[in-house]
Amino acid sequence: MAMAEKFVAKLSEFKDGDRRIVFVGDNEIGVFRHRGEFYAYSNFCLHQGGPACEGLTIAKVEERLRPDKTSMGLYFSEDEMHFVCPWHGMEYDMTTGECVADRKLKLKKYKTLQKGDDLYVIA
Amino acid sequence: MDLIADRGRRVTIEELNTSRLLAHARKQAHQRNLDDVLIVDVDAHHYENENYDEFLPYMENDVLRQLTMSGRKRNRSNVTPIQIGYQDMGGRVTRYPLRASEKTEGGSALRDVQLGHRWMDAMSVDYSCLFPTGMLNIGMHPQKEMEVELCWAYNRWLTEKVLPEAGGRFYSMLCLPFSDPEAALRHVETFGTRKHVGGFMVTTVRSHMAVYDNAYMKLYRAMEERGLVLSFHSGPNWGEPIYKSCNRFLSAHALGFTWYNILQCTNWVINGMGERFPKLPVIWIESGLAWVPFLMQRLDHEYMLRPSEAPLLKKKPSDYMRDMYYSSQPKEVQDYGAMECTFRMINAETQLLYSSDYPHWDFDLPSSIWDLRFLSEKAKHNILGGSAARLFKLPPRNDKQKHNLQRFGNLAAAA
Repeated sequence: MAMAEKFVAKLSEFKDGDRRIVFVGDNEIGVFRHRGEFYAYSNFCLHQGGPACEGLTIAKVEERLRPDKTSMGLYFSEDEMHFVCPWHGMEYDMTTGECVADRKLKLKKYKTLQKGDDLYVIA
Repeated sequence: MDLIADRGRRVTIEELNTSRLLAHARKQAHQRNLDDVLIVDVDAHHYENENYDEFLPYMENDVLRQLTMSGRKRNRSNVTPIQIGYQDMGGRVTRYPLRASEKTEGGSALRDVQLGHRWMDAMSVDYSCLFPTGMLNIGMHPQKEMEVELCWAYNRWLTEKVLPEAGGRFYSMLCLPFSDPEAALRHVETFGTRKHVGGFMVTTVRSHMAVYDNAYMKLYRAMEERGLVLSFHSGPNWGEPIYKSCNRFLSAHALGFTWYNILQCTNWVINGMGERFPKLPVIWIESGLAWVPFLMQRLDHEYMLRPSEAPLLKKKPSDYMRDMYYSSQPKEVQDYGAMECTFRMINAETQLLYSSDYPHWDFDLPSSIWDLRFLSEKAKHNILGGSAARLFKLPPRNDKQKHNLQRFGNLAAAA
């Protein structure tokens, strides 16, 4: 099946931290803008098919250890952002689409294309 | 509406609309023609704790009613025990923080019905057994008489206000005040023949519970005579001393939900309740399934060496466990080989009953049963609704469902 360019949004209206859901036939693609980059993934959660891209975005939770392996407690990551399927809380890495609990599982990733002030997803 | 994310960052999420949230569930149901399959959900919930003002007036005792209602008006006290926990995962499961934003029409009883119909329609669920949420902690109430009164009020409100508004699609196994056997019997005698009542539910999160106590035999007999179902609904209890060593809710939740049913099921089986009440259907609810093969093997092993401690048994404990029913959720899905073994060990084709647990965070869709490749078509139909239709005498809602119930021998009792 030929890939097509599907309009997502005007770049000037798509602020950092925003997202869009675009529909391509029966398919749904979630497009995020995070730290200036665009990331596009299938909107069907690998767990039970929930709307994976329509929930909360939240930084990875880390447990930091001292050199002697004692715990310093829980922190939000400064670097890694997640998006969360709202059905059951399945978390995905914003930059890779990997399920953070099992990185062998990945959401289908789509390319994006910028033309002037327009953003497209290739689907 | 804004949800709070990391470091207080706000993320804008639309107001909750259950039908929209579950649009993918509707798509799954359509792709699988699930509307042609009678689907019965034996464990779904509403938030009755948001309707205290409606059901507390049904309490019988003037003093206890005044105590609870007065406290409510001043917004200063809880009337049922409160659990520590993070079911919503810090807002990651958005339907928790957004619940109040969903629009419905009419009063609060109608609201629960409307919300229920939205998710049932999305999932292609035909009937749901409606259970409470906050009242699942009722077994930890320090006052026996308050447990009795609250169960009474909830059961009256449910059977007189909520279930009659549900278009016949909700039924319930009502809350039993198990701390008071005589009062529990009165509940069965009073509510057991009411419309939309399929049986009674015991919450198993209790600090002391002896299902084998002689005081309960009249209760079980009364239920057996009336053709009612007895169910045991589990839960977590992070405040229980042994769970205080769990430093994460995940741990307390994973262990608690299985443990309380493991405990009560062990006592039920070893004390020969299956011999005493062979026609009383028993369902173990919301503990997942992985615990069942563990307990079957463990109890069989002990019984083979110590039968003198279980003299009422005429077969192995696992055989009695196979006579009982299990709700399917939350189904452990990480190892399909182990799951297939579990299904074989519990005779899932006849003993497993689909449950969603919606709207709670770890709900399961009907597709989670339908898509299991190791199941026969008959098993899928039975688990999703045929077996429950026989148990609760639920009729098909369209001709194709009727045809499917006939194909797999589930229509006669349901019609």
